[in-house]
This record gives sequence, structure tokens and C-alpha cells, in this order.
Amino acid sequence: MNYHRTLKSAVAALAIAMPLGWASIANAQDAVNLRMTIWSANEAHLKLFNEIAVGFKKDHPNVTVTYESLPFDTYTTALTTQIAGGNAPDMAWIFETAAYDFVNSGALYPLTDTLKASPGYNLEEVSATATERWSKDGVLYAYPFSTSPFGVFVNNHLIKAAGAKTPAELIAAGQWDWEQAISTASAVGKTGKGGLIVRDFNYQMWQNVASVWDGWGASPWSADGKTCTMAEKPMVDALTFIHDAIFEKKAIPGPGENIDFFAGNAAMTITQISRASLLPKDNPFSWDLVPLPKGPAGDYALIGQAGIGVMQAGKNAKTAAEFVAYMTNPENSAKLSQFFPSARKSLLNAEVLKKTNPLLSQEQIDKVVISGIETGKVIPGHTGFAQIQQAVRSGLDAVWRPDADIAGTLQKICGQIGPLLKR
Amino acid sequence: MAVAQDHARPESRSSSPFWTIARRDSLAGFLFIAPQVIGIIVFVLIPLGLVFWYSLHEWNVLANTFTYTGAQNYRMLIEDTNLVEVLGATAIFSAGLVVLNLSLALLLAVLLNQKLAGITIFRTLFFSPVVVSLVAWTIVWGFLLQKNGGINGMLQVFGIEGPNWLREETTAMISVIVVQVFKNVGLNMILFLAALQGVPNELYEAARIDGAPASRQFRRITLPLISPTILLTSIITIVGSLQVFAQIAVLTQGGPGMSTTVLVYYLYQQAFQFHLFGYGSTLSILLFVIVAVLTFAQWQMRKRIVFYES
Repeated sequence: MNYHRTLKSAVAALAIAMPLGWASIANAQDAVNLRMTIWSANEAHLKLFNEIAVGFKKDHPNVTVTYESLPFDTYTTALTTQIAGGNAPDMAWIFETAAYDFVNSGALYPLTDTLKASPGYNLEEVSATATERWSKDGVLYAYPFSTSPFGVFVNNHLIKAAGAKTPAELIAAGQWDWEQAISTASAVGKTGKGGLIVRDFNYQMWQNVASVWDGWGASPWSADGKTCTMAEKPMVDALTFIHDAIFEKKAIPGPGENIDFFAGNAAMTITQISRASLLPKDNPFSWDLVPLPKGPAGDYALIGQAGIGVMQAGKNAKTAAEFVAYMTNPENSAKLSQFFPSARKSLLNAEVLKKTNPLLSQEQIDKVVISGIETGKVIPGHTGFAQIQQAVRSGLDAVWRPDADIAGTLQKICGQIGPLLKR
Repeated sequence: MAVAQDHARPESRSSSPFWTIARRDSLAGFLFIAPQVIGIIVFVLIPLGLVFWYSLHEWNVLANTFTYTGAQNYRMLIEDTNLVEVLGATAIFSAGLVVLNLSLALLLAVLLNQKLAGITIFRTLFFSPVVVSLVAWTIVWGFLLQKNGGINGMLQVFGIEGPNWLREETTAMISVIVVQVFKNVGLNMILFLAALQGVPNELYEAARIDGAPASRQFRRITLPLISPTILLTSIITIVGSLQVFAQIAVLTQGGPGMSTTVLVYYLYQQAFQFHLFGYGSTLSILLFVIVAVLTFAQWQMRKRIVFYES
């Protein structure tokens, strides 16, 4: 009797427990873990990203988003190695230089439909110039969440100590052009401090020098990307000017010279405005942020971009696309814009930008940020960029010598990259 | 008698246990070597086979395509105009490294093979870079070799204008070689020191009695007796030199131009930076063949140049 009762109890317990068990297995099966690779390890950035992930979880309780910070310098290499190893992330940040490779390869999940279907998303307010590099045949494959203009940070203290005119004075006099900028940098360079530094260039990342040569209307290749234009007059003139500034005027620190603007050791640096966070807080110097100087070809601006793409190969590509739509909706874009300037028109006004960039003055925001984002060209990129970058880097080493044959070297570089551009 | 034997055999077979002492010993032996053998199969032989397999394919990681292309990557290898420069840089690096490393290691070993007070401190000093992290070591040297870095700063004290070490083709290669030599010379030095201490003292005594000067003692006694160690260190150093990567990646990124782009760095660029995994695998096969040929040649040469007491 006892035996039968025990058996019955056991069967009853099983009958209750089994559906519960199935339910929990089903829940576990529904659980979606999304991973996004990023190149920032900044605590403030990660705090904001995690808040956004928590916000997404409210409507998608089964979705958990994690962020994986990869080293900035080797980011694309690490990302493609993950993909090659069959461990692709669900979402990834993508550099503007690598955008063509990712967009054209078919590695990314198309985003347009998901973004447009997201309530209140308003994709139309993101300008076509901002999305150009991230689209193919009218379909957006990665969202450009960061559109950061290049400007010139200035150390007024060093410039005044060298007895030169500050950029602000030159702007007021209507003389802010490359000749004057280099003259000021040269005056500081001759005191033993650094003149003007193109940040992150280091005689390797030559694409950042577009912040100078764009002033001459120079470009490494034609608009369709098929023809090398490095040996043409604007580029030869621009590089001759830069070469002269390095080796004759000592206005730009030469190859192998390590000088940090943000440590107070140089007159000026060209970099993206997001680097304002590097300005020293303990021992501050009198600084300014001004637009890029006028070149022989007129006024110009340069922007760097970063995109978020969803990996086509991922199991949860649709959910990942929904997360990207949430992360970059107007509300979250406003939050992100304190670190990553947005290309949304509604966020491109002094009121919003002043709140998110408290270090910058109204004038700096108007002249550098808003005007830069609206008119700026994106730094050079191309399909197969890593290979082209390496060939040009290797070729340009012959330019960064005192006795360089600039025109001849540029001709040789075109010979090297010509076949790569046509691919 | 014969019949009795025939009957006895099956009986003795069925009674003898399967796990004989010999079998048990063999099993123990196999179990002892199993971790190493499995490691070699999983981490050496299978990847080697896969690399060869990949070298016959074009692998587009982003587009997720893996297409059989036969010998196309090998044709690309033959037509690659950069390869001559790359192999040249590799040969210069290896030759420079081997000559400088072995001669300096031997010199240090001879100097430190003395019974002096505090000699252990010097031995430790020269050996210590071997245990320092390679990347940390290289990064520090990178700072020292900058144009306005520590080395040129020191030269300036003596009124010498130092070169731009890492930005000029000749000095960049010399810098990379010297940084690598200083890092690893201690290891070869210890091996030479052990070999020198193994040379019987009686031989030197006999030579001294015969009136042989120190230089002849070194040539006729020391060198022949430590020649097996010279062979060992030269094989290790040559193979190691062909695998140099971190120093190039940190100090020069293969520049200026392509002057320090050695084979391994070129391979890394092709596979991981340009995403040409198929061609990168083909370059790996080339590296494997070069290492195998050089090691085989050195092994063959041992009969002529290495002296074995036995």
C-alpha cells in the first residue's frame, strides 16, 4: 500500500515538474545573448552602453547584450580573426577605412528595413553624405553612429611664449591659412618644443594627413576609387609643403620624434574633437580649438566615422539589428553624442552639442563641430584598404627623408597601388 | 612427444594473462608519451596539414567563401615581386643575428668561465633579459631608439648626432638585430658556459706543458670540444631568427619601405591584415620548407665540422 502511495506521489510530482522543466528549457532556448565588439575600453562609454542594453532588455527580457573591447590598433585584424575562427560577434564597430570591405563583401545584415520599422526612428534625418560609405544599392549595411570632425587644438601658452600669433588672432585678422599656421608652428618648433602634430599619423597612418592635403584639393585616388591620383599636382604640392614644414621649417616633428600635445609639449595638434577629453586637468594650459586652416584650394573640413554593423552569419542577426535600431534611435543617439557626435540633424545644434561637449565654447561648436559635420569629407577608404594602406605607407617612407624626390616617389606609389585600386 | 606438445600449447595460451609485464610496460610507456604525442598531433601535424589545405584555396573571410583554386597561390608566390625583397631582408636578419649572437655568446661565455668572486652576478646579469617579456623588452627599446630617445640623448652628451635609428633602412635592420641579440644572447651564453665547463682540464694542462699558446689551445681544444654545442645553438638561433615577429611588429612594422619586412611579418600581413588567408598559408609552407632545408643541411654538416669524443 505504502509502495503504491509512494509511486503515485512520484508520478504526480513528475507530472507537475515535467512541464515546469520543459518551460525552463524552452526559456533557456529563447534566451538570446548578443555580443558587440568595440574598440573603446573607456569606463564612461561602457557604462552608457550597458545602460542602453538594460533599456533594450525591458522590451526584450530574453536578450542580453555584452560588449567586448578589442585593442584599437589591431581592431580590424582581431575582428576578422574572430570571423575566420567561426566566432564572429553578432554586432561590430567598423572603422570608416574598412567600411567598403565589410559593406561590399556581404558580411553585414541589411539594416534599412529594421531601422525604418522602428517606431520614431526617423532615418531620413541622417544625411546621405553620412551614410554614403555604409550603404550599397540604397541599402544601409552599417549605421554611422559617430561622425567626428577634425579640428586644431592649440596651446596658446607656448605660442605666445614663442612670440608668434595665435590661431585666434589669425582668424580674427582673416589670415588663418596653412602658410600662417606653419609659420606659427615653426616659431614654436625652433624653441625646442613641438610645432604642429597630426595626431595618430606617426608616419604610418598616412590617411590622417588628409587633414592637411585636403586643403590643396588633393586626394589619393579618384572619386570612383579606380585611378590613383597621388602623382597629380595637388598631392605633389601638398606633400612638398608638408615636407618643407618638417625638414626646413621644423614646424612638424620629424619621423621618430615623439612629442605629445596633450602633455603641453607642442603648439598645435590636428585631431578629432572627441580628444578634448585628453586635455590635462591637473596642470592645464591655455588652449583653444579652431577649424582646419584654409588651404590653397579654399576652406575644407574632414571627418572620421565609425559604424555599427550586424554580422550576417550570426544566429540572431534580426534581434541584433533590432538592438542596433534601439541603440541608435533619436533618444539614445542624444546620449551617445556626448562621446560620439551624431549625424542626426536634430542633434546638430549648438544647444544639444553644448550640453554634451561642456569643454567647448559656443563658437568652437559652431565653427568646428556643426560646420565640420555638415561639410566634411570622410577620411580616405577603399575596398582592400589594408593592402593599399600598407603599399602607400611603405612607399611614403621615401618621402619622409630630407633628400626626398617627392614627385618620383608618388609616381612609384601609383605604380604599386594602381592594380589594387582596380580590383 | 610431438602430440603432447601440440596439446600443451593451446592450454598454455589460454592460461597466460593478456597483460604480460612487457605489454604493461608498453602501455605505461605509451601513456607517458601520450600527452606529448597528442599535443604534437593536435597543435603541429593537423595545423600543418590544414595550412597546406588552405594554401590550395582562396578564403574570403568576410564573404565567408572558401574556393578551391589549385596551385594559384603558388603561382602568386612565384610572381610576387615583393618576395625577393622580403627573402633578402629575412636572409640579412638571420645572418646578422646568427653571427652576432653566437660570437657574442661565446665571447661572454669565455669571459665568464672564470673562477672569480662575484662572477655569478655577471652571469645572472647577462642571462636576465632571457626571462624578460619579449614585448615589454621591445617596447622599451623602441623608446630608446627614437630620434629623440635615450640612445641619441646619451650620444649627444659626447657631442655625437645619433642617426634616426628606426627610420633609416640600414640602421633599422641593425637595431632590430641588436635588440634581438641582447634579448637572447644569455641563453646561448649559458649553453656555451656549460660546454666550456665540460672540457677536461687535463687537455689544457697537457697543451701548456707542450708550450701551446692560449689562442692555439682555444682553436685546437676548446672549439672542437664545444662544437656539438655550437651546432645546437646555431640550429636554435637560425630557426628562431626565421620566426622573428614581435620585434618587427613593435619597432618598425616592416619599414622603412620594406627593409625590415621579414618572411613571418609578411605572412602575418597577408593573412591577418589583408585577409588573404590562402596566400598567407602558402607563405607558411615556404617558411616551413626553408626551415626544414636549413636544419637538414646543418644536420648533414655536423659530420664534417662537429667533433665527438666518442
